[in-house]
Amino acid sequence: MNSPLDPRGVRFSAALSATTLALALLLDRPLAVVLLTFQGLVFAIGTALGPGWQPYGWLFRTLIRPRLDAPSQLEDARPARFAQGVGLAFTLLALLGAWVNPVVFWFATGLALAATLLNAVFGFCLGCEMYLLGVRWFGVRSNKAQS
Amino acid sequence: MTGWWVVLAALTTALAFGWFRRSRDGVARALGGESVIRPEVLPGPLGSTATFVQFSSEFCAPCRSTARELERVIDTQPGVAHLELDAAAHPELLRQFGISRTPTVLLIDGAGVLRERFNGPSKPGTFGQSLAQLRTQTSNATPGR
Repeated sequence: MNSPLDPRGVRFSAALSATTLALALLLDRPLAVVLLTFQGLVFAIGTALGPGWQPYGWLFRTLIRPRLDAPSQLEDARPARFAQGVGLAFTLLALLGAWVNPVVFWFATGLALAATLLNAVFGFCLGCEMYLLGVRWFGVRSNKAQS
Repeated sequence: MTGWWVVLAALTTALAFGWFRRSRDGVARALGGESVIRPEVLPGPLGSTATFVQFSSEFCAPCRSTARELERVIDTQPGVAHLELDAAAHPELLRQFGISRTPTVLLIDGAGVLRERFNGPSKPGTFGQSLAQLRTQTSNATPGR
């Protein structure tokens, strides 16, 4: 589940997540909720089983990876998996907003879109940085964390 | 219509933030030379010339590549050590040095004084440059000050 990832696959998945989230913002209600639900499912599988097992990661492994050269280095799966969990939280919030309050929907989907864009374009993991801020502000830490 | 504005806002924010970060990441920033780190909090002995203290965390993609870069640097430089800490296990150090990201690397000289700081993923060559600079500074300083 935590086997190392091809960094290009992580960014490919993020690009597809960003596209799905942008479409959810641009399309009308029933379709937007369907897209958000699908994206939530993608994030949920990525969190539970690892980013390589959700549909976008699977697409990368079966269709794109065979056509590329071997990666110059592999990436730890835990940060990407953690980020998928943060993405899931925001997608659930957005879905809740779609029923309860449109402002929550716009805000949560917009934030999730910005975070996935940062990952796709710069390879930058916003969710991972939020982990350390959480440690600093609340003193919480993952009980698995060991140096 | 609102959807278009949200997409536009997310896009511009992400690109502006990403470019800003990229321009500053891994750049050496001089520290006043006033702050000292207590050696007993570190997981190993200080190098006689310099020590790179790297703060990493469990959920940090670029920490590995920064660690590899530092290992490469210390392999060729005698008297230089690389110590890696789990940032989450040292909240007091995070507060003391205002560390909010991983990797953050602190460069400490042979006397235990903090000299430079690097936030974010390393840029190739910067660590070696900082070391060379530190060596010239130390050799120029009057001995036994």
